[in-house]
Amino acid sequence: MKPTPALNRSLWVFHLNTGSCNGCEIEIVAAITPRYDPERFGIKLVGSPRHADVLMVTGPVPKKMKERVLRVYAQTPDPKVVICCGTCGESGGVYYDSYNLDGPIDDVIPVDVYISGCPPRPEAILHGVVKAIEKLERLERGAA
Amino acid sequence: MSDTKKDSTYTVPIGPIHPALKEPVMFTFQINGEVVESVDFSPGQTHRGIEWMGMRRNPAQIVHLTDRICGICGVTHSICFARAVEQIMDIQVPERGDYIRTIVAELERIQSHLLWAGVAAHELGFDSLFHLAWRVREESMDVIELITGNRVNYGIVQVGGVRRDIVEEQFPRIQQCLTYYRDLADKLLHLFLHDRTIMMRCRDTGVLSYEDALHLCVVGPTARASGVRKDVRVDYPYCAYGDLSIDPVLPDQLLDEIRGDVYDRIVVRVLEVVQSVDIIQQCLDNMPPGEITWEQKIAKLLLAFKKAKGEAVGRHEAPRGEALHYVKMTGRESPYAWKVKASSYSNLISWPVMLKGEQIADIPIIVASIDPCLSCTDRVAIVRDGERSILSKEELHRLSVEKTRRLQHG
Ligand code: SF4
Repeated sequence: MKPTPALNRSLWVFHLNTGSCNGCEIEIVAAITPRYDPERFGIKLVGSPRHADVLMVTGPVPKKMKERVLRVYAQTPDPKVVICCGTCGESGGVYYDSYNLDGPIDDVIPVDVYISGCPPRPEAILHGVVKAIEKLERLERGAA
Repeated sequence: MSDTKKDSTYTVPIGPIHPALKEPVMFTFQINGEVVESVDFSPGQTHRGIEWMGMRRNPAQIVHLTDRICGICGVTHSICFARAVEQIMDIQVPERGDYIRTIVAELERIQSHLLWAGVAAHELGFDSLFHLAWRVREESMDVIELITGNRVNYGIVQVGGVRRDIVEEQFPRIQQCLTYYRDLADKLLHLFLHDRTIMMRCRDTGVLSYEDALHLCVVGPTARASGVRKDVRVDYPYCAYGDLSIDPVLPDQLLDEIRGDVYDRIVVRVLEVVQSVDIIQQCLDNMPPGEITWEQKIAKLLLAFKKAKGEAVGRHEAPRGEALHYVKMTGRESPYAWKVKASSYSNLISWPVMLKGEQIADIPIIVASIDPCLSCTDRVAIVRDGERSILSKEELHRLSVEKTRRLQHG
């Protein structure tokens, strides 16, 4: 990962939980703690989608959450990259036949990067974020 | 004066914008100035229909679904469910299987309590302690991964036993982990219990009296911190717990009195990490040889499910307290009924009592103190004279941090 002039700032991530089992959440938090420490590169979780470059979405999107996912997506400024973290957001995973899902996530909002695993390891999550940076750089270059 | 008083109470709904975790919840606070006058909450905002799905699958598949009820206490639900089905089918789990279940359950308790300790420190604005707790937590995650093959959602339990054995070569690594935590125990106790800031913020905050704890039927560390001697592992031993010497951890092991406040809840959890290390040590020392499961072949297991008739309840002392699964089988492959009662569900009702009369800045730590499986203080909307202003979790967190500073300098 080489910083390029196109992305000349730190990458901020907003984590949106759409009703996941918590497994992906703790791995995302584990990924920002000292063993992995992505803050070295300025990558951090922020509390508002309005500050974020990247949306990290977990969970299978139960019906009640669809509205909120759309709202958060609209609140994130362009250019943005959406990461879908975890199998249940990708395909429904173990919840595939539930009656209460509007997911998977890419039925609701467009997704750029998929991180598979139930839950993915912190290393995999960081890898997904690096992929998101590459995509964001392409977007910014295109926009410039 | 009475007029202004009437105007000064306003309503703060919290949630369920982050209904993420196991039991999403919506709070409505009545606030007067800085003080919480009353609280109401309604859980169950998001619903994945897990029980409904379970009734369309067979028990061998459901155990893996139970892992995903909650990612933090995954093995809890699989143990509960497996034990319920085993009782219906009259299966005797081999001893070694029971010991392995116990070891994994206790490792889970260690990681869960450390996770909680980190989150609690974060809520107080003590972020270095948060990072420390999560760093030392990785040690237990490594061992869990070594034993089960996954860091979260272990998938180790199957009806009738466990799916993986602990082999001889793995013992030294587990032993090393236990030594690591034993050496660390004093440091953790010192950091969490003798810190002036934690003391100031947590002493006499969010008190739950002994009577209230009994009355509301809270479970786990929340109950024990209020002095209720209640622990499924001791009261109704299962798995290997009957063979081991354990006692419910109460705060007066370390302090002279039980106050039932947030501080006591920290004491109980930190002491339970030490207790879990001891339990795993006992299990390792007395590990019986033999089979790990009642039936290796899934096909035979499925055949047995078809013959199962009856109902049973499986219980387990999760890191957050007693969890309970009710299962009824009627001679079909999938259960006729399946009901899950998670531990947080029992504890949530203590929030209104704990929060009453506390300050807004104390909401995050009190809400976190029962270790709920949700982070619902994500966004707060304050309605003041009909105008809505949004308090984000950040905002609440900032208020909490500011209070810490005020206390330190005041
Ligand atoms: S992918 Fe798996 S671990 Fe992650 S939220 Fe979904 S069910 Fe839980």
